[in-house]
Amino acid sequence: MSPSPVIEVKNVFKSFKTVHAVRGVNLTIYPGQFVALLGPNGAGKTTLVEMIEGIQKPDSGEIRILGKPWKGHEKELRQVIGLSLQETRYIEKLTTFETLRLFGSFFGMGKERVEEVLQLVGLEEKRKAYTVNLSGGQRQRLALGIALINHPRILLLDEPTTGLDPNARREIWEILRSLRASSDTSMILTTHYMEEAEQLCEQIIIIDEGEILKEGTMKDLLGEDSSLKNLDDLFTALTGRRLHD
Amino acid sequence: MIDRIRNNQLWQLIRANTLEKIREPGVLFWGIGFPILMSIGLGLAFTRKPESVRHVALISADTGSYSIILKDDKLGNTTFSMERMPWEEAMVQLKRGHVNVAVSIGDSGYRYHFDPMNPDAQLTYVRLSPVLNKIPSTDIIQHPASSIQYPASGIRHPGYEEDLSAVTASEVDVLTVTGTRYIDFLIPGLIAMGVMFSCLWGLGYGIIDTRSKKLLRRMIATPMKRTNYLVAMITVRLIMNVIEAALLVLFAWLAFGITIQGNIPALLVLFLAGNIAFSGIGIFLACHTSKTEIGNAFINVISMPMMILSGIFFSYHNFPDWVIPIIKPLPLTMLADGFRSIFIEGAGFAQTATPSLILTLTGVVFFTIGLKLFKWH
Ligand SMILES: Nc1ncnc2c1ncn2[C@@H]1O[C@H](COP(=O)(O)OP(=O)(O)OP(=O)(O)O)[C@@H](O)[C@H]1O
Ligand SMILES: [Mg+2]
Repeated sequence: MSPSPVIEVKNVFKSFKTVHAVRGVNLTIYPGQFVALLGPNGAGKTTLVEMIEGIQKPDSGEIRILGKPWKGHEKELRQVIGLSLQETRYIEKLTTFETLRLFGSFFGMGKERVEEVLQLVGLEEKRKAYTVNLSGGQRQRLALGIALINHPRILLLDEPTTGLDPNARREIWEILRSLRASSDTSMILTTHYMEEAEQLCEQIIIIDEGEILKEGTMKDLLGEDSSLKNLDDLFTALTGRRLHD
Repeated sequence: MIDRIRNNQLWQLIRANTLEKIREPGVLFWGIGFPILMSIGLGLAFTRKPESVRHVALISADTGSYSIILKDDKLGNTTFSMERMPWEEAMVQLKRGHVNVAVSIGDSGYRYHFDPMNPDAQLTYVRLSPVLNKIPSTDIIQHPASSIQYPASGIRHPGYEEDLSAVTASEVDVLTVTGTRYIDFLIPGLIAMGVMFSCLWGLGYGIIDTRSKKLLRRMIATPMKRTNYLVAMITVRLIMNVIEAALLVLFAWLAFGITIQGNIPALLVLFLAGNIAFSGIGIFLACHTSKTEIGNAFINVISMPMMILSGIFFSYHNFPDWVIPIIKPLPLTMLADGFRSIFIEGAGFAQTATPSLILTLTGVVFFTIGLKLFKWH
């Protein structure tokens, strides 16, 4: 018997006026699974993830976290989810430490956990820096630290490395890899970078124009067709467009 | 125990909000420095014994100046600086407000040209004409500026000097008792204005800014209680407003000897009511938009009319009678009038209970509607 899923998304639709952002998506994610949502700009990644996060409501369809719908279970579900939004600016004149302390308090976490997280995301030296003075990479690590502060069972990261140089990106990957090795946290991460999907996630979901085009492991995705060398090729084969312009 | 309080989310929200505010130098300047500077500037301008200079155009083909000085121990000295200029030039100077009266010399004596709707021009006329009319116009015509010798008496300007001290000595009683000076009128108004701006900017704009940064969205994606966020914002605002007002009152007491004549508990209740009113309005204006430009525009639309109408800098009784009933129920008017009645007239609960109640209700109504429409993400 397989373990019960942590996230179930069933036939979910979401539109904004004339834009059909998400069109009939189905997903199931099990404990310990790391899943990448790979797709170009406007594919509907953020909309889908924010619906899973309970920040946006689907027009139709069903979403369950740990078997429970958002409605009526918001309080308990918020406790077990850690997330980062595509872009968040924190309180400018608050230090890294103070920001983590604030978010920690929302989960009833104290100073000790803040210290652990600072170490985990490698920001000890920046503990006294105002968030406004952090570099892009440091800011993304702070966002990741906030996402991890409550030992989440489910981690949802929206483009955690966009805009970072390869080094800064690898630093974030390292943090996530060690998390995978040391816990059974499940993760969904959205990205434009196929390398990121390959490096971090066993399950890759290719999404475009609100629909899942293909999903599976790297082997599943590329295996059938020997002319495909990488995910970029696959995306081109599926849509006739390239992932990156 | 202490750790439990420190780990409490309401405590951390209050702390974060306070740190954010006090680390921003602009906040300290606009909240504390600016009202004090304003009271210094306006207070000195209107409270000092006036040593005033009034510029008058003297219609004449040539150029030069002539001055008449009215010496007065009680009302302060007034110098009428009469600049010779042609008619066209005088009209330009009138339009620019450099002079407010033009004097021409006709066969039958002096003629005064000014706008009777301008009270300042009237005052110039009323004070200048009795003295000028005593001086033969030939005297003035025959003395082109270049030919006038400086009198030996030590007057700086060539011209005429009259000592009016003897006249005012018997007629005028100078009132310098606290409560009748301009600064006494100004300070309570500045406190009311401070409460308004502080709530609209500190609370309203602060919330919109948090929403525009997606920080509000990020925070409510945690188990943070939404009420705690609002309670923290309002609490910090109230504490800062108390400090700002207390510093202004302290300064006004030290610099201008202003004291609170009326009932202090009534003042505190009214102050709280004013904070409730403007906090409610602040929450209301911030309930939906995530664009700071729109927030900026909302705040201007709300505050500017009240700044002009509510009589912060000058009495709204200068407006036509029919507007007064519109002005009186404005929250800023109610707050400023209430503060003045306590500061100056020695009022107590009997006079301020009604405005306090109305302001509180205003705040509660706006707060309730704002909360209903509030967009958390
Ligand atoms: N609040 C909104 N109002 C109107 N349209 C929206 C809104 N949010 C998203 N959309 C539209 O829905 C579509 C999907 O947007 P979404 O943000 O989910 O894409 P994405 O895959 O996250 O893109 P990106 O990689 O650029 O972040 C886009 O066409 C977008 O313009
Ligand atoms: Mg996105």
